[in-house]
Amino acid sequence: MEMEKKMSTNGNLPNGVKLPIYLDNHATTPLDPRVLEAMMPYFTGKFGNAASRNHQFGWEAEAGVETAREQIAKLIGATAKEIIFTSGATESNNLAIKGVAEMYKEKGNHIITAVTEHKAVLDTCKRLEKYGTRVTYLPVGADGLINLDELRNAITDKTILVTIMAANNEIGVLQPIDEIGAICKEKGIIFHSDAVQALGKVPLDVNKSNISIMSLTGHKLYGPKGVGALYVRRKNPRVQLSAILDGGGHERGMRSGTLNVPGIVGFGKACEIAMQEMPEESKRLKSLRDRLMNKLLGNLDETHVNGTMERHLPGNLNISFVYVEGESLLMGVNDIAVSSGSACTSATLEPSYVLKALGLGDDVAHSSIRFGIGRFNTEAEIDYVADRFIDTVKKLRELSPLYEMVKEGIDLSKIEWQTEGH
Amino acid sequence: MAYSDKVVDHYNNPRNVGTLDKSSSEVGTGLVGAPECGDVMRLQIKVNPETQVIEDAKFKTFGCGSAIASSSLATEWIKGKNVEDALAIKNTDIVKELALPPVKIHCSVLAEDAIRAAIGDWKKKQAATESAPVAAQAK
Repeated sequence: MEMEKKMSTNGNLPNGVKLPIYLDNHATTPLDPRVLEAMMPYFTGKFGNAASRNHQFGWEAEAGVETAREQIAKLIGATAKEIIFTSGATESNNLAIKGVAEMYKEKGNHIITAVTEHKAVLDTCKRLEKYGTRVTYLPVGADGLINLDELRNAITDKTILVTIMAANNEIGVLQPIDEIGAICKEKGIIFHSDAVQALGKVPLDVNKSNISIMSLTGHKLYGPKGVGALYVRRKNPRVQLSAILDGGGHERGMRSGTLNVPGIVGFGKACEIAMQEMPEESKRLKSLRDRLMNKLLGNLDETHVNGTMERHLPGNLNISFVYVEGESLLMGVNDIAVSSGSACTSATLEPSYVLKALGLGDDVAHSSIRFGIGRFNTEAEIDYVADRFIDTVKKLRELSPLYEMVKEGIDLSKIEWQTEGH
Repeated sequence: MAYSDKVVDHYNNPRNVGTLDKSSSEVGTGLVGAPECGDVMRLQIKVNPETQVIEDAKFKTFGCGSAIASSSLATEWIKGKNVEDALAIKNTDIVKELALPPVKIHCSVLAEDAIRAAIGDWKKKQAATESAPVAAQAK
């Protein structure tokens, strides 16, 4: 009986589906077992400090770090000497932007960025504004992309830096970095790109895109957390950064601090795997993504995709299930890990600023879910997720006064809502 | 965020979901909150004009799990009460019953507002439609 009961509960799950399902691969990714294997020797046997120049322990650690530098550089078309290790993407973005602002302050004090950048970029810019830097925040269209003419128009003779991400972390759109790079090169302006979400997912080439500085991190491509990198161009032209951390002068003086050797080795291995597997993997992820999208859009009305699908990360899908609040939706699918654009999931009480920047109303932003499909997701999981979302959205719409009113032909924008005090 | 068992229960088995005829003189409708705030509650009551007892209550809510649970609980509590007793329900009672965390207290406030709005709407209808004799019978 016991057995039978167990079988019947599992019987509801299709083959290949084990709960909970992780579909939040933009937040972080699981470590690839091959990455863990590469890291293991560096915790115990090869534990040396990569800066110890006079014994074997140091040399072994340094060799591991240099291999990783090569592996990371290769994935973005750079040379190993152009890779600086950091603690992660937030530090990389801070170092890039603050480092340029200080180093080039004689040349100018104007930075251009976009409203949909990650907070590590936006809040760094906001801090610099307190100290006299002028910042232009470019808007984006409904497709999530910046307008190149607006970028050109924003450039002044005081502009020292343009910082625009390669791929957006919420809506997965790919900014036109080749074109942005060409404009920056023509104008002699440093181009920094936060490529954290793009690394290992879509091809990146710092020379083709004329990128001067690029932020990278390990844990979004099946590497470890707590290790990031910054690509800093060495020629055509050379870029210099003022350091944020003072100390032993590691990493060409740009980032002092003992290197996280096991983390760096893992990051390098993750890049090596991505280099080999990206063509196949991106095809597979895109097909899973499209499968999910078609099922959701095919079975639910008042449901639409956010951000252009023309230029998009293969594993990303951001969908608004209008008239259903995001957090209640997550509650109904609590064995599936995804993210919501709803205010209720964050401490700020504001719905996603990225979705609002696309022109979505707060109500639609509240109804949005980000799916992040990754290396270890299966087709059976995607089918299960699609069914669960379809069922839950339908159930919550039965509960939704807004859905009922819209179906009765009431124009919600004509109603005087009581917004005060909430 | 962890939800209390009671919130989960109301979310999974919401009580009294539905719609009453808002044109009926016995029905009061309260629509509170706003879509852009992420919470809209519609609570409806059907009141017996003789006894002033709320004989039926229905709700629909767009909002998080705590908002759904707060309104579901509200309908459960007001059903069978007379309107004056229903008005005595406080948002803090809902907070306590559902063990809502501080960030979700606004959901309980909204549920209290919804009860008041529904009763207010019903009273307005009574004042407009009822003739003096019936009103005089009420104390």
